[in-house]
Amino acid sequence: MTATDQSRAGAAQLGRVVRDPILLAFADEVGAAEAGPVAVEGGRTQWEVGAPDVPTAGPGDVRLVRAPSGVVAFEPAEMTVLVRAGTTVAELDAELRPSGQQVALEGFEPGATVGGVLSVGRSGITRLGHGPVRDTLLQARYLSAEGLLVTAGGPTVKNVTGFDLCRLLVGSLGTIGLLGDVLLRTRPRPQHSGWWCGEADPFALQDQLYRPTSLLWDGTRVWLRLDGYHADVADQAAVAERLGLAACEGPPVLPAGRCSVDPGALRRLDAARREAGGFVAEIGVGIVHGRWDGPRPTPPDHQVRALHRRIRRAFDPTGRLNPGRDPLAASQPITAGQEASR
Amino acid sequence: MRGDAGVVCFPLTTEEVQHCVRIAGRHGRAVVPRGAGTGLAGGAVPQDAPVVVVTTKMQQVEVDRDRRLVWVQPGVINLDLTKQLRPDGFHFAPDPSSQQSCSLGGNVANNSGGPHCLAYGVTSAHVVAIEVVLGDGELTMLGGLDPEPAGYDLRGVFVGSEGCVGIATRIAVRLTPNPPAVATLLADFVEPADAAAAVSAIIAAGVVPAAIEMMDQRITQAVEAFVGAGYPTDAGAILLVEVDGLPGGVAAETALVDEVCRAHRARSVRVAADDEERMLLWKGRKTAFGAVARVKPNYYLHDTVVPRTKLLDVLRQVYEIADRHGIIVMNVFHAGDGNLHPLLVFDAREPGVLDRVHAAGEEIVRASLDAGGVLSGEHGIGLEKQPFMGWQFTTVDLDAQARLRDAFDPDGRCNPAKVLPAGSRCGDLQHLDDSRRRQLLDDGAWV
Repeated sequence: MTATDQSRAGAAQLGRVVRDPILLAFADEVGAAEAGPVAVEGGRTQWEVGAPDVPTAGPGDVRLVRAPSGVVAFEPAEMTVLVRAGTTVAELDAELRPSGQQVALEGFEPGATVGGVLSVGRSGITRLGHGPVRDTLLQARYLSAEGLLVTAGGPTVKNVTGFDLCRLLVGSLGTIGLLGDVLLRTRPRPQHSGWWCGEADPFALQDQLYRPTSLLWDGTRVWLRLDGYHADVADQAAVAERLGLAACEGPPVLPAGRCSVDPGALRRLDAARREAGGFVAEIGVGIVHGRWDGPRPTPPDHQVRALHRRIRRAFDPTGRLNPGRDPLAASQPITAGQEASR
Repeated sequence: MRGDAGVVCFPLTTEEVQHCVRIAGRHGRAVVPRGAGTGLAGGAVPQDAPVVVVTTKMQQVEVDRDRRLVWVQPGVINLDLTKQLRPDGFHFAPDPSSQQSCSLGGNVANNSGGPHCLAYGVTSAHVVAIEVVLGDGELTMLGGLDPEPAGYDLRGVFVGSEGCVGIATRIAVRLTPNPPAVATLLADFVEPADAAAAVSAIIAAGVVPAAIEMMDQRITQAVEAFVGAGYPTDAGAILLVEVDGLPGGVAAETALVDEVCRAHRARSVRVAADDEERMLLWKGRKTAFGAVARVKPNYYLHDTVVPRTKLLDVLRQVYEIADRHGIIVMNVFHAGDGNLHPLLVFDAREPGVLDRVHAAGEEIVRASLDAGGVLSGEHGIGLEKQPFMGWQFTTVDLDAQARLRDAFDPDGRCNPAKVLPAGSRCGDLQHLDDSRRRQLLDDGAWV
């Protein structure tokens, strides 16, 4: 028996051979490299990310494709769910809700798809407590530029087998492969959840609270979300109330524009910028919604740019996957000058 | 595993690491990074006389409390970091059993876990940014202090890459606040089946404890004789469960875990009365591997993951496989995330025993994959599991991993002999016409 025969026998035995008719149909739609450029469309809720000038329809000869949708298998005792990439986050959430579980994909617009949210890689405003979107992905089956099905990661909550292609896929804007289905980690839904707001020092709150879910600040006002058991939320709320917050409806409407900054820069923001406002910042995380004239992260160095070029070429030698999108161009803050011209 | 090192270097600084890598390149030698050498899959074992870059002397620590992170050089020992952070009320969450001696650079290379990763996540979830010396000696920064650095998540790719895409020289990791309340429970079962069922039931009840560890009777007896942790030696299996967080949740979850364990026929459930008792319960778990020496002088430790609901089935097979090969097996593992650690214990002086240990190990790996599991939960692939990669991944899957590796290290300078088996690269996949593509899909992509 050759090594290949052994692999084949092993795989057949393990049921690992991908013969899912829905994924195979998606593979046929995408086709081999000779089938030309393809762009994948989800709910178009973050369509502009990484491609400010991509038209709303497929540009030129680029074919638009959609990933299949539907929840394939939810295993509450495993705390995992296998879902087609084209499923909306809302539909997935509705499926998980009766079991008291959720996935840490929260705060996306209606219509946002699981595949879209992962491909863009931006987290919602509960990242402080629930962690980033990228940590929810355990396994992905995607279509390569050659139109072949590739499995990245594995089906268990813990796995260090081989190179971590799942991390590469999240935030790659569909330039590595087109997601077919994904296995996500779920988490228990909190027993109680609420918002508190008021004028307060967000950094004092951050120091005195234990792992809040979200802490937002517009330079003057603070919005705090607490999740957990009733008694704990009440205790933490008492701390927040001592520091000037009161129960409220939340969160605030987030202004347009979004950028990723060093969370340390928020703490050192000067008084003039604080008072000028125009932003809602995620304290402890570093996402700023709206206008940001403060310090920006150092742009990626030339080594990182070279790595991007080599990786993209390695996975998509003919440049057919989502042409025109550039993950390196994804962080686009609105500055004061731009805002004036809007 | 026997190593074959060419030159061994002990750099102190990033610049010295760059020099080592460049000099190796000029002489056509590969580079193998090595931390404390506690890895169990052979990822840091040199092959074919490479330059070995040992990072143990790179020990600097800079705490940045404002940003709730700490910059470390790769040689910093895991537990030393946590001890240093303790007065400020923080710790580094990944806590492998080797935490007294393993280094952060090794934790990053292997994406290390530990008992408390059930609730807190493995190393990848705690690494913010990594300064890396690439295979050509150039320096770069992967990730960043901001939460969504532009571009691909190269930080995430680097974590767990087993030294195959570069050498980490500085690492920014998140500080985890120490929980205000902690409860550690010891549940004692006659039947291992009941203990395994209790694990799934706890999770299904909506509780994600900080840790759920399971120990079978053999290891419990060995540990008890070794450290006297207060474990019941007549139990068929014990569960060590820790819940932490705010006091209300800890009280509610303690009661729930107690109830679930009793509903699954636990003979007793004991909550550690104080920190001293808690530390003793953990000491037993963390010194389990040392205790094995009381039974036989050598052990081979496996590391596979199976779905939690398959724990019992696979455990039964593990005992059956070991019996059939005439090897003693002991089980102490991270039950909460289905991460099995069967310990095959033996005396290497016994003729032919190693062959039986390897044969049994291979069958255990296969049984885990058959149950829908994966090859490794936290030890990595290294040299040990390279031959099995084709059991979990198709040729097309492995080719994708090889493309990623080669994009980082086109000249194959970094730890080249590890992780991916020979034949993982499939050049012809890049030139498929549609009929060949269909044929591959029909075959399940097994070229």
